[in-house]
Amino acid sequence: MLDLRKPAGYFFLLLGVVMVIAGLVWDFRAPLLETNLNLHFGVFSLVFGGVFLLLARQARS
Amino acid sequence: MSLHLVDYSILVLYFGFVLGIGWFLRKSVASSSDFLTASHSLPLWITSLAFLAANMGALEMIGMCGSGAKYGMMTSHFYWVGAIPAMLFVGVFMMPFYYGSKARSVPEYLKLRFDEKTRGFNAITFAVMTIFSSGISMYALGILLQAIFGWSFTFSVLVSAGIVLAYTYLGGLSSAIYNEVLQFFLIVVGFSPLAILAVEKAGGWSGISARLEPAMTESWRHMGSPADNPMGVEVFGLFMGLGFVLSFGYWCTNYLVVQRAMAARNMTDARNTPIVGAFPKMFIPFIVIVPGIAAVALAQMGAGYSIPTKNGGPDYDLVLISLMEQFYPSGMLGVGLTALIASFMSGMAGNVTAFNTVWTYDIYQSYIRKNAPDEHYLWMGRMATIFGTTLSIGAAYMARSFNNMMDFLQLIFGFVNAPLFATFLLGMFWKRATANGAFSGLVSGTAAAALTYGMTRAEGKGGWLGVMYEFPSSMAQNFWVAINAFVVCFVVTVVVSLAGKPRPDQELVGLVYGVTPHEAETAVWYKRPAVLATAAAGLCVVLNVMFF
Repeated sequence: MLDLRKPAGYFFLLLGVVMVIAGLVWDFRAPLLETNLNLHFGVFSLVFGGVFLLLARQARS
Repeated sequence: MSLHLVDYSILVLYFGFVLGIGWFLRKSVASSSDFLTASHSLPLWITSLAFLAANMGALEMIGMCGSGAKYGMMTSHFYWVGAIPAMLFVGVFMMPFYYGSKARSVPEYLKLRFDEKTRGFNAITFAVMTIFSSGISMYALGILLQAIFGWSFTFSVLVSAGIVLAYTYLGGLSSAIYNEVLQFFLIVVGFSPLAILAVEKAGGWSGISARLEPAMTESWRHMGSPADNPMGVEVFGLFMGLGFVLSFGYWCTNYLVVQRAMAARNMTDARNTPIVGAFPKMFIPFIVIVPGIAAVALAQMGAGYSIPTKNGGPDYDLVLISLMEQFYPSGMLGVGLTALIASFMSGMAGNVTAFNTVWTYDIYQSYIRKNAPDEHYLWMGRMATIFGTTLSIGAAYMARSFNNMMDFLQLIFGFVNAPLFATFLLGMFWKRATANGAFSGLVSGTAAAALTYGMTRAEGKGGWLGVMYEFPSSMAQNFWVAINAFVVCFVVTVVVSLAGKPRPDQELVGLVYGVTPHEAETAVWYKRPAVLATAAAGLCVVLNVMFF
């Protein structure tokens, strides 16, 4: 059966890529926001997805 | 709300994965039990996260954030008095009988323990309730999509129903569970930043406490009398109504959640499913309730935020969305909205997958067509997925006429779930309980719930049989509806059981505590349900004390 860590890992990795790009390319603002939230979230999501893929890999071997 | 290309791509990315998971899992569906019960194949981390994610639909996100703004920190009682003790109880004490009896569903357990009519009653009321719950998720999603994309309500409902139908039709319960877990991660990572930003902007927890009246940030100190707190309930009503009856009724007997634990690989995992799930569950209030409280503080600060209104009064159901508009830029907004949409969809999917199992095994196979080949039941399971979704759409239109969705849900649980917990309590722990006792108890308990609701009023609701009592809030009314249902069911079951002939002990082995031989737990000590449950209970007490 499909190991859920794989699709979850790929999803957060891709989400991270999209968010890092959004953070670097556009200067999106929200009324009460003072930081580049997209960039921070993007980096976090890359790491989060990476951990999932790492765990899936460990489980396989 | 204006969305950017980035937001749309996140939405498309996520739902691509959702449908992809359903597509991949279609290959692992070969029998009706693969489709309807996942054939005891899922690992503990997945079942435990699904156990709590299955109920994170409309109720958790928008409802809890709205209740946070309306009732304050007292809303945490839904978790720290309600859900957690019940989740630990079902894992430690009840799961051995659910899993050990080899029943495929909760109604089927009732069939084994009592008789056909008790099962039938439970199966039918449960089926109706899942349709309502799924309809409420759909309704909430409908108004959300309407607000975001400007779609019509009907179109919004049809699109979301279509996606849910596609992945549950393909992969059955496994697909629903996988997507619940994926959605759970997205909710947590997508909404944690909102909680952090909102609290920070409102001056931290101390800033919020200083700005608001104490009843908003303290969960216990104002429970002496209903007049002292915004929820309009007192300690007894809270403990008995919410803590004991409603929460235990929901977490311990609702097949929607119990189904997740029954999909685990072995007894220890099945018992640990709700217990391990309790650990993350305890911290959900910080993501869903605290932002609602912070919103009230922000609104008082004049920092450019105000609580949304409808017809001149506050519209608490929109608090979460309005916070997102203030704090999330395009990109993060896409993540938050996707998480929200996903949570509604998995709420719907959870109900649809519970409905199709109960329909197929407990209604169709039991009463309509008994000895068909398994392929026929697999086909029927898929068909039930289709008409379950269709009926939910109808329920979504009904839910439109109620203001606070949580109160509405509690009301339905009061009618159906509250007496049920008495039945299970007596059924599992009192071998003297008989089938006739259980059935008459359930019927009279449900009637007692309807009567209580019919003869009391709160916030203009109920009272269609004349008003004998006016409750300070509909929350209090719901709690008391549940308490009456429970007490009546309990008393009637005991009295009728004592008047009848008990079943011989040997027929009750594996079904009732006391006549079932105790199986020694073989797992290492830190994986034992009792150890984990004690740790979770301790942590829960600490949280209650911190926000006393």
